[in-house]
Amino acid sequence: MVMSRVRLIARLDIKGPNLIKGIHLEGLRVIGDPREFARLYYKQGIDEIVYMDVVASLYGRNSLHDIVRNTARDVFVPLTVGGGVRSVNDVRELLRSGADKVAINTAAIKNPELIREIAHVFGSQCLVLSIEAKRQGKGSWEAYADNGREKTGLDVIDWVRRGVTLGAGEIMITSVDQEGTCKGFDTELVRAVSDAASIPVIASGGMGKTEHLVDVIAHGHADAVSVASILHYKRTSVPEIRSAAIAAGIEMRNAP
Amino acid sequence: MSVEVVIIDYGIGNLFSVRRAFEHCGATVVVTSDLEKILAAQRLVLPGVGAFADGMRGLKERGLDKAIRSYADSGRPLMGICLGMQMLSSVSEEFGEHQGLRIIPGRVTSISGIDHQGKPYKVPHVGWADMQSKTYETAWKGTILDGLHPGDAVYLTHSFEVKPDNPPHLLAYCDYGGKEITAAISKENIYGVQFHPEKSGPVGLKIINNFINIRL
Repeated sequence: MVMSRVRLIARLDIKGPNLIKGIHLEGLRVIGDPREFARLYYKQGIDEIVYMDVVASLYGRNSLHDIVRNTARDVFVPLTVGGGVRSVNDVRELLRSGADKVAINTAAIKNPELIREIAHVFGSQCLVLSIEAKRQGKGSWEAYADNGREKTGLDVIDWVRRGVTLGAGEIMITSVDQEGTCKGFDTELVRAVSDAASIPVIASGGMGKTEHLVDVIAHGHADAVSVASILHYKRTSVPEIRSAAIAAGIEMRNAP
Repeated sequence: MSVEVVIIDYGIGNLFSVRRAFEHCGATVVVTSDLEKILAAQRLVLPGVGAFADGMRGLKERGLDKAIRSYADSGRPLMGICLGMQMLSSVSEEFGEHQGLRIIPGRVTSISGIDHQGKPYKVPHVGWADMQSKTYETAWKGTILDGLHPGDAVYLTHSFEVKPDNPPHLLAYCDYGGKEITAAISKENIYGVQFHPEKSGPVGLKIINNFINIRL
């Protein structure tokens, strides 16, 4: 039986005009021009691109529009943009700039009804609920806001269920513990989220090698996998990940 | 001489990417809600995301529903994308019953979320899926899918699909949960695609290119 292909998503964290990368969402290092990296990944056959403005919600601003517009000019795969999205109008502006979906975290935690409003106006298909999770003990995780900086007291799985009910179209679950370590996903977290959600789940944080991807799909039940460091630091490429995953039995798009 | 493509603007969706993809393929693009420009178009595109009723309301408020139907009667090429495809059909079941443009007879129904073995699977259907057709060798020739093959993947994101009344109007389908999901429909020079060709990489650009260069 052919289902949807597992999606390979390049996640590019942005600060000001730069592509940056940290570990546990901290200690950010400048890597380069995000547009050049996005174009490269598109040419290599990436399935989707995610831009996250990692300081936008901290400083209450959104500087992504130029980067988004410039990227959408010649990158013809879906582009998700997150960071500092606070209102229906913010979503409208990003979609006008060329984003296909928006990711929302902090503002949705402050005002969950925003999920319903955005889904109602633009459709669930363009709303990705981004959740940053820190492990609290066995089988328990807390959702964080402001790019992993602020505790919220929300249980991740409760928040997932609420987000689905309110109309989110997808969930991107980032393990703050694993993020930037290249030591593998928090597969238990991804499985708990995926099994609680009737909508697609993107696993984020920890991808270091193909075995990690295979594990989070087979045992974490992820529908899509987000990759960052190992692509940005050119430790591997999109075709290498794709062919290794296909060789391991994962259903992926046969990119031209 | 570059081919002119008119993209209908009815206040909905991300038109920037659609415009850019057609420009990338060499077309001169006009994005408009002007009835005269739409009636005089040589190639017409009806894009759209969101809810069916909102889309139809956006068209009707601007008198575009009648204009699109007249254009379709002319035999010139028309392509509906995603919600634009769904609106080409007769009726939708999304949030109650709503009448469509009735250009390609069919019904817009929800994807059940229950697979052929009775197990639940995820809706919305998001991601890349392979296009399939049992008769592609003849059915795709000379259409927007000319030169493509079963297994070529396109990007979709939807919870509803079009079921055409007349089986010959089904141009391509995808397999999801062991069930056939309509990917593309056609009737003469009128096409509807559930996927986003502007977001489907080189395969999508090939489809746009075919549409621009389709024989009149």
